[in-house]
Amino acid sequence: MEQKILDIHDLKREFVMGDQTVRALKGITFDIKAGEFVTIMGSSGSGKTTLLNILGCLDKPTEGSYLLDGVDVKSLNRDELAGLRNTKIGFVFQAYNLLPRTSALENVELPLFYNKTITAEERRERAIKSLESVKLAERFDHTPSQLSGGQQQRVAIARALVNHPVMILADEATGNLDTRTSYEIMALMQELNAEGKTIVFVTHEPDIAAFSTRTIMLRDGKIQKDSINQNQRSAKEALANLPESDDY
Amino acid sequence: MSIINLLKIAFRALKRNKLRAFLTMLGIIIGVAAVIAMMAIGEGSKQSIRSSLSGMGSNMITIMPQSNEPGGVRLQGSSIQTLKLEDIIAIQKLQSKNINGLSPVVSASGQAIKGGYNWPTTITGVSPDYLNIRQLKLQDGILFSENDVKSFAKVCLLGKTVIDNLFPDGSNPIGQIIRFKNIPFQVIGILEPKGQSNFGQDQDDIILAPFTTVQKRITATNYLQSIYASATTEASSAAATTEISDAIRESHRLTVAETDDFQVRTQAELISTISSTSSMLTVLLTAIAGISLFIGGIGIMNIMYVSVTERTREIGLRMSIGARGQDVLMQFLIEAILISITGGIIGVILGVSSAYLISYFLNWPILIAESSIIISFVVCAITGVFFGYYPAKKASNLDPIDALRYE
Repeated sequence: MEQKILDIHDLKREFVMGDQTVRALKGITFDIKAGEFVTIMGSSGSGKTTLLNILGCLDKPTEGSYLLDGVDVKSLNRDELAGLRNTKIGFVFQAYNLLPRTSALENVELPLFYNKTITAEERRERAIKSLESVKLAERFDHTPSQLSGGQQQRVAIARALVNHPVMILADEATGNLDTRTSYEIMALMQELNAEGKTIVFVTHEPDIAAFSTRTIMLRDGKIQKDSINQNQRSAKEALANLPESDDY
Repeated sequence: MSIINLLKIAFRALKRNKLRAFLTMLGIIIGVAAVIAMMAIGEGSKQSIRSSLSGMGSNMITIMPQSNEPGGVRLQGSSIQTLKLEDIIAIQKLQSKNINGLSPVVSASGQAIKGGYNWPTTITGVSPDYLNIRQLKLQDGILFSENDVKSFAKVCLLGKTVIDNLFPDGSNPIGQIIRFKNIPFQVIGILEPKGQSNFGQDQDDIILAPFTTVQKRITATNYLQSIYASATTEASSAAATTEISDAIRESHRLTVAETDDFQVRTQAELISTISSTSSMLTVLLTAIAGISLFIGGIGIMNIMYVSVTERTREIGLRMSIGARGQDVLMQFLIEAILISITGGIIGVILGVSSAYLISYFLNWPILIAESSIIISFVVCAITGVFFGYYPAKKASNLDPIDALRYE
């Protein structure tokens, strides 16, 4: 049996706003196994962001259990959560969130600075390897302003990979990119997935979801549909099929 | 999270904003430089006052007559005739280890005449010890002896001002005869010039002669205007003072109920009085400079606050990739300390060099105390921690979710 990376059971999250209680998640149960490429979809207000925050260990559920790689997140304090984020999760954000005026290499090195066990040489080595895996090795000394949006997102992906996380958590990672670049990023994601990386991709674009192996649809704080993608699209082929000289 | 990593992170963060880091530093730089330069100038002037005062004889003890009559007309010290040669003998009898020189002082003003030249000056009758007590030196010739004192010899030593006025042709005064109030004196020695005293007195406008001669030939009195003594060391001057006043009280046969009919003053007292004035000046200058250092600290706090707000997303990102609140706190704190310490180092260099420039161009005496450098440096580091802590605390308390989505 495959190892469960994520195990979520009856997850609830409520926010108290004044005298009103907003129930953002109303009992969600699912699990993700190693090597899966899952997209979480849903319109705004569906609880997508709340779920993402909990999955990313930035927030804790009000009720229900969340096991990440066998660790019960609910029992951890603020610092332990930070440690968990550092070693188990690789974040990729919509707005890349790279440090400005800082070279790609230093940006990628960043997570390892918060890991005591890693030496300076190891940090550098791993950062270079990580940049190689997103095909940006030759641009390691470029600052974000010298890189295109797609390249910046690839640096961000390299940063997410550098701490060898059990899961890459992408939040609308293609939201700021044009179609071609989005496909390039998805092709990279598929490649990483093929190498065995578990990817959880939050998006609201159905054509992006088509590249994954499984789609979870959220609606109104509940899972509306959780389906295996029978015919996963290949991002590489989609890229090849794009018109050569399109001007968008 | 190791301290080296934290330092690297903070250093990289500062490197990204070089100009701002420098501008923030500027307040500290100016503050520290001002503190060091002000203290150097203050200490320097204190030191120069001190050294010129001890040039007058730092162990010098002055005994002056004073009236001890509670009522009646109070007379000026010099017209009180209580100090006598017997007092000197009484002090000499002590054979105290604390006293190594003793000289009576009898002076008279008048016209000194040599050939066609004359000069209004003062003749001071002293014993040979006087030169040591006042730290006067002979440039040429010889000093009068105890025998000269006993035999009322009409010999004298001249200061430079007197020589310049009586011998304007530059001839050698030694061996020549000058007249003071019609009494002929043979010049046997020339005193080394001392220049002006701290109070603007010309210390070279002086004729020294045996006090017996002055008493007998010129003033025709048998009392002393004052007695000068010198303590063995500056430290023993207090003990010497007590011994002297006890001896004089005894020789004056004062009862316990009677107050002193003389006063004993030490140069050490004068030095401490004057240097306390200049200490006050130093404190004042340093306080002003300290205020600018404080303002520099507020500058750091201000910039760190702006920086925390501006870098909210960065903080959110750092937290999302595993920075604990403590790591963020330390990062901002170290940034603040780095700014203040770097500013401190530049400030020290600037302060020291401007102190030297001041002493070079304005000829002011300076003295750079190591303590002033250490103090301002420590103050700098404390400033960094103190003013950096609050913004850093604010940064570390941010919620990563809010921080990541901060616009």
